[in-house]
Amino acid sequence: MNTEKNIKTLIVKKPLKLDCGKTIKDFPIAYETYGSLNSKKDNAILVFHALTGDQFVTGINPVTNKEGWWSYAVGPDKAIDTNKYFVICSNVIGGCMGSYGPSHKDPDQKIFGTNFPVITINDMVNAQYNLLDHFGIDKLFSITGGSMGGMQVLQFISNFPDKSKTVIPIATTSSHSAQNIAFNELGRQAITADSNWKDGNYTSNDTNPGKGLAVARMAAHITYLSKKGLQEKFGRKLQEREDLKFGFDADFQIESYLRYQGSVFVDRFDANSYLYITRAMDYFDLAKQFNGNLSEAFKNANAKFFIISFTSDWLYPTQENKDIVIALNSIGADVGFVEIESDKGHDSFLLDVPDFLGALKNFLDKSYEEN
Amino acid sequence: MKNEFQVIADLIEKDKKVLDVGCADGTLMKFLKDNKNINIRGLEISKERVQECIAKGLTVIEGNAEKDLKQFPDKSFDYVILSQTLQAFLNPELVLNELLRVGKKAIVTIPNFGYWKVRFHLLFKGTMPITKTLPDEWYNTPNLHMCTIKDFFHFVKSKDIKIFKSLALNNLNSSIINMSNLGVKNLFADLGIFLIEK
Repeated sequence: MNTEKNIKTLIVKKPLKLDCGKTIKDFPIAYETYGSLNSKKDNAILVFHALTGDQFVTGINPVTNKEGWWSYAVGPDKAIDTNKYFVICSNVIGGCMGSYGPSHKDPDQKIFGTNFPVITINDMVNAQYNLLDHFGIDKLFSITGGSMGGMQVLQFISNFPDKSKTVIPIATTSSHSAQNIAFNELGRQAITADSNWKDGNYTSNDTNPGKGLAVARMAAHITYLSKKGLQEKFGRKLQEREDLKFGFDADFQIESYLRYQGSVFVDRFDANSYLYITRAMDYFDLAKQFNGNLSEAFKNANAKFFIISFTSDWLYPTQENKDIVIALNSIGADVGFVEIESDKGHDSFLLDVPDFLGALKNFLDKSYEEN
Repeated sequence: MKNEFQVIADLIEKDKKVLDVGCADGTLMKFLKDNKNINIRGLEISKERVQECIAKGLTVIEGNAEKDLKQFPDKSFDYVILSQTLQAFLNPELVLNELLRVGKKAIVTIPNFGYWKVRFHLLFKGTMPITKTLPDEWYNTPNLHMCTIKDFFHFVKSKDIKIFKSLALNNLNSSIINMSNLGVKNLFADLGIFLIEK
């Protein structure tokens, strides 16, 4: 799964008390950086990845040999311009691209599997905070991320209110909805129903619970797209055949596409990590951490917020993003908000959506000029 | 238009916190930010205009004044500005009340339907008036509730809203409106600017 080569790792010596009550220490955080940190150290942007992302934001991912997950947004002269900014991204704990996770070994040299502690979004950002010390950065210029990345953005600024000048949560929520928990549970059930899962005790020598993980990915993938987008891209088009075959092979292009998405995902992702990370998303409820008052989460933050949602995103719909705007407005925070027109669904933030990329670039560059 | 912005800017002290409702492309916001160091936010319904504001480095929230003003706490801004938009709302009275709740003071400007050119247009041409401040045809105008300076003046009085300053604007000239010159100003001003409080 993950190869050690090309993975930069920070070993965090300091003990980290997790929300589940357990404490971890001497654990690895795998990270990558793009661009260079200036002498004033005021141009750093911490990017948080989503459920299946990793630290390889842009360019060719050296492990998968595929384009980084945010290549449209991050790079030289792009919205997050690496000629100007120093971009840091790390693999979340619980992940499978080098950071401490269920495929790592416990102190007795046994692979954790489901003995790995259940982690939360809060644990993820507390772990990543160590990167600031590592790079000697007192204050980030910006923190950003979409989906679960956006949740980490919100949690980070709540935990460390004076550590970023600007804050850009994208296509996200402050509290995982019942519908989203339901979709995640569907994915977890697909994995645990695979006989190769073996209660999480599969090893790299065994056959992976790839079938279950592929189904989880297929189901999730549908939720990242919009009905209109799917209809326009696939409609009822048939897959390399003239007519229906009256069987259960992939007759339709959409079936073939989903099967492909499932199969390539299995090659790069660990089933146990999928369980852990979806659980962290489900447990995320920032308002609950502040007795139901979301505004309290941001009351000490002296930052400029910019919140972005997409018209066709039904997984993290505009209203859930607007709830964050409302919470910020009610405490007089400096907050901007835009809903981007796109028929590409939740995935819009990962794709070439010029209005989105333009807004992101303008917000960052203008804010940096005012620095 | 530029003169309207100058008059509005003159009504606001430096370093204040201001909300521009229906801020369009952010021209007024930028003017206030650059010239008076005003901490300014905008609310704008058009996605294109919101993008233009972001490109100017302005803080803007995409939203609808008739629905989204309620998220702002009472008196959370020193001033709330509504420039030439009141007549375009379905329920101007509701919006006006919201402006006065959210802002310690509100600055409302209205295109004056009592302006002599408007009256002449209707009287002699017999078609819906088109002027500099009312540029649209009857069938594509966003304006639903046109009023005159006199209408607005009386309306505000009847609702126990305090008028701090009311100004008549005609091209580059601005002058004070009061009870005794109301009829004349209502004839010769194409724009009314009101600084009000409740």
